[in-house]
Amino acid sequence: MTSPIIRFNNVTKRFGDFVVLDQFDFEVAQGEKVTLIGPSGSGKSTVLRILMTLEPFQEGALTIADISYHQPDGRGRFRASDHHLRQIRTNVGMVFQSFNLFPHMTVLRNVVEAPMAVLGLRRAEAECRAVELLRLVGLSDKKDHYPSQLSGGQQQRVAIARALAMRPRVLLFDEPTSALDPQLVGEVLGVIRGLAQEHDLTMLLVTHEMRFAREVSDRVCFFDKGRIVEQGPPDQIFSTPSQPRTREFLNSVLPG
Amino acid sequence: MIYGFAYDTSSTLAYALSILPILGIGLIVTIEAALVGFGIALVLGLVWCLLRRSRFTALSWTIAAIVEFIRDTPLLVQLFFLYYVLPDYGVTLPAFLTGALALGLQYSAYTSEVYRGGFDAVPRGQWEAATALNLTRYQVYRDIVVPQAIPRILPSMGNYAVSMLKETPVLSVVTVLDMLNLANMIGDRTFEYLVPLSLVGLIFPIMTTLCSFGIHALERALPKAGLALR
Amino acid sequence: MSWIQFLPALLKGAEVTAVIAVVSTLLGAAMAFIIGIARVEGGPILSRIALFYIEFMRGVPLLVKFFWLYYALPLIGLSLDPITTGIAGLVLNISAYGAEVVRGGLQSVPDQQHEAARALNFSKSYTLVHICLPQALVEMMPAFGNLAVQNLKDTALVSLISITDLTFQAQQLRNITLNSTRVFTLTLIGYFAMALALAMVMRLIEHRLRRGAAFPKVAHG
Repeated sequence: MTSPIIRFNNVTKRFGDFVVLDQFDFEVAQGEKVTLIGPSGSGKSTVLRILMTLEPFQEGALTIADISYHQPDGRGRFRASDHHLRQIRTNVGMVFQSFNLFPHMTVLRNVVEAPMAVLGLRRAEAECRAVELLRLVGLSDKKDHYPSQLSGGQQQRVAIARALAMRPRVLLFDEPTSALDPQLVGEVLGVIRGLAQEHDLTMLLVTHEMRFAREVSDRVCFFDKGRIVEQGPPDQIFSTPSQPRTREFLNSVLPG
Repeated sequence: MIYGFAYDTSSTLAYALSILPILGIGLIVTIEAALVGFGIALVLGLVWCLLRRSRFTALSWTIAAIVEFIRDTPLLVQLFFLYYVLPDYGVTLPAFLTGALALGLQYSAYTSEVYRGGFDAVPRGQWEAATALNLTRYQVYRDIVVPQAIPRILPSMGNYAVSMLKETPVLSVVTVLDMLNLANMIGDRTFEYLVPLSLVGLIFPIMTTLCSFGIHALERALPKAGLALR
Repeated sequence: MSWIQFLPALLKGAEVTAVIAVVSTLLGAAMAFIIGIARVEGGPILSRIALFYIEFMRGVPLLVKFFWLYYALPLIGLSLDPITTGIAGLVLNISAYGAEVVRGGLQSVPDQQHEAARALNFSKSYTLVHICLPQALVEMMPAFGNLAVQNLKDTALVSLISITDLTFQAQQLRNITLNSTRVFTLTLIGYFAMALALAMVMRLIEHRLRRGAAFPKVAHG
């Protein structure tokens, strides 16, 4: 059995006195599509941000694609140097709630910039890859536009193409549709749904779109107060949740 | 000897210590010039600002052009203008006042912008509520608008005051006996300019840093919602 | 003497003023970027050195800088010609104020841009040059425009260390003709014209940097 592509082992993260993740254990298998749900502040976004090396954690161990987050520094302590973090990042990509496209670059340049500057691709190769990805997300005709000329849904789709251009093994979605007008949500979910067909891509999704989560996930995890309260296949969690907290949460967010 | 203080060039330290009192007197003149100048700038700036808000477009534009002209021309040339031209028309002011007037004029262009920003920042609703309560224009300004504008404009005004303090050495060219002028005079007599000018070069940053702290403290002490004037 | 007869001398002075202003602004801007970047990204030692430089240079008045460089510096062995002294003083001045503008611009780039750059695994230096600076530059332009005009006004002080700029020529003319009103009015108009031209150039640069579509114009205070 192949080892999990992500493994959290007893990870604790604090913001000052506030404990966001409490002795957190979590594993994700390669190619798995996992959705994290739960109330605000429950720690689900923090899990993604730690994976993307945007936040450090105080205790525990984390392994991503067989690379350990911390490295021994010869004095029995474990540190994560900038160089090491960059190594980890080669396997992880992220789509942000507020898209975060580079406003001073065209759509095409947004997508080719990182492959060229970080992966060392030549311009022709990078553009080839970019054009293909933009076609995948349905925005081929916008490649010479600037982000400010696009709608929110279009910007988010570009952001997905940009993240995919780096060919990450793990793709993280941090509330990808929460900042969108309702009528634009569908086009983005459509793209994500398409990606979910990819065998090799491991996806972690934080979202409030429950129906969508049910459709695309292999596993749903319900978070509360820094821990996973309950997890399992979508049908199990959504139809027959066993924990009262889970039921309470689902009742408050699901219509009917 | 200057101002009754003798300078002692036996050693660098003795030199420095002996001229400190002389520079101190110059510092007082510097501060006085800045105070008078800033007073003029505060009043004149308010005049410009209020005139620009007038309903007569011709007046408002003319004032805007005048303020822009003052703002975009060097203080030194304005100073020369006042110093040499005014006597030709019968107005002979002591050099100190000419200098302070030049400072006040140049900085009134800046303060009028600060006032404008301060007034614009008071929400429209305040003006409307005050008018609805039938307050006169004067009362609206005095009791509603100006008190709310004060915390907003204080940081900028403070910064300009400190800037003006740093521009006072320019007055030395029209014989005002400020710190720089005295340092030069000491140097002229001892042929040793390094110590006096270096001391001046040190006193100014220290002074302006202290003033900045003072302004920040004043900012923190002011209530954000405004300062009732009565 | 009529107005026209003043012009040749004043124009010669204006030329000197313009050259000094342009050279000092360009050099000063370059230094401002170096110091400003050191201040923001420099690590504990460099950024403190940059901070000290900025605070000190902003605190010393420009005229004091000029006189110190002109009269005091020779006493410790370094004697510069007036023009170099003048430009050096102006550069020391504008680089300190400019560094603060650069700092403000860099700090105005939203955190999310940094996060996106990190997520795409850009190195820190690449992020600074290709992601932060282009965006920061647009924000800095209005303030830089003001500094450029201020620098132009400050060049008038070089007349006091015997550089034959516009103000120097004006002083000479006044001494010869004793016609203060005409001479200084023309001088003021000369500076005003140069300032307006400079402001227009700066606005043009800002406009080109915004590139229309890339940065929808945001109201500036």
